[in-house]
Amino acid sequence: MDAKLIPTGTQTAGPYLHIGLMRPEWSDLTGGGKAKGDKIVLQGRVIDGDGAPLPDAIVEIWQANAAGKYEHPEDRQDKPLDPHFRGFGRSCTDKDGVYRFATVKPGAVPGRGNALQAPHIAVSIAARGLLHHLFTRVYFTGESLNASDPVLSSIEDPALQKTLIATPDGKADGATVWRFDIVLQGKGETVFFDF
Amino acid sequence: MTEIREYNHERAGSQPSNDWPAYNSTIKRHPLRQPVALKQTLTEITGPTFTSGWAGPDAVDLTKQHKGDPIGERMILAGRVLDEDGRPVANTLVEIWQANAAGRYCHPNDQHDAPLDPNFTGRGQIVTNAKGEYRFISIIPGAYPWRNTYNAWRAQHVHFSVFGPAFATRIITQMYFPGDPLLEFDPIYNSVPDEAARKRLISRYDPNLSEAEWALGYRFDIVLRGRHATPVGL
Repeated sequence: MDAKLIPTGTQTAGPYLHIGLMRPEWSDLTGGGKAKGDKIVLQGRVIDGDGAPLPDAIVEIWQANAAGKYEHPEDRQDKPLDPHFRGFGRSCTDKDGVYRFATVKPGAVPGRGNALQAPHIAVSIAARGLLHHLFTRVYFTGESLNASDPVLSSIEDPALQKTLIATPDGKADGATVWRFDIVLQGKGETVFFDF
Repeated sequence: MTEIREYNHERAGSQPSNDWPAYNSTIKRHPLRQPVALKQTLTEITGPTFTSGWAGPDAVDLTKQHKGDPIGERMILAGRVLDEDGRPVANTLVEIWQANAAGRYCHPNDQHDAPLDPNFTGRGQIVTNAKGEYRFISIIPGAYPWRNTYNAWRAQHVHFSVFGPAFATRIITQMYFPGDPLLEFDPIYNSVPDEAARKRLISRYDPNLSEAEWALGYRFDIVLRGRHATPVGL
């Protein structure tokens, strides 16, 4: 059972991550709007313990398509892939700490214990000052499956649960904008996960 | 019934804590609450794949991205991406970025008074081959001062971003050079608690990788989380 090699430790992405990681085209997961499903914009600010925006963070997302299928060989569900949908996105925050993705609302995917997971998006955040990236999840206000989602319902404090739920914030180019701020520290601190 | 094979938890001592005040930028950016333990699901054991060429063409020679050759000691930087059991991680995206030989980044926010090199951007990417191997040609990055504390200097390093097979395996790290006297004083390097794990971040000079009359060879293997042998039912 003992693994043989020590895993490589993480280190901060530092202030110059844009040189290696900036890919503006990766913030659109929909193939220029061709993907199937409910088009959404997922955006928000990344904020530090003083409430100041992070102009140098990178946010990455991973999600199922509108049918609830991941584009990955280990997703063996009998559901369709969407050739125009890429489940992975990357956005570097701007000077106001804002990240932004054009994507679709993901379908539900299976969870533990035969429970269905509510539609959600996995998120990773890296930046100067983070020696290890942070993992969180985005859920959506008003989804009937939220109440029975095993991950969401494992968080008992409603104030903490709320940090994982995006809220609708108008429309942009016909897509619903969902706001999801990521607070690294202090008041309103986002729930981060370890897995 | 759907089954998944979970990834190992990060081994104690192998990973830095974000609560590490010796590195000033952590002070207002590290979460105060402990992360919530999440049982891995299909979401965490899947992740982006790169076999389709989606990430764009490899860019492996950082010395040939402009008209002329960059200043500096040419190096071949090669290694493998492996899991904890030593199995190669094939077809995964490796992205690197680094300072030039003078210790200056090609970035508007880097105001260090050292020359930019018009022939060096310092960005590369490659998708690993079937053996999990990658290979770049670059120049050795210089050390540079930073304002973490008075007269502080970062050890020479190359930034690495690696995905692996799942969202759970993604890492961003830095590679260092053997014998660098600045390592002892570098709070970022020293944030990794375990000495053996810290040393994993240091590349190895490999005379067999060096090419005569041309370039120094440094080898750096990256080890991602391994997996449980037995699947669990969802």
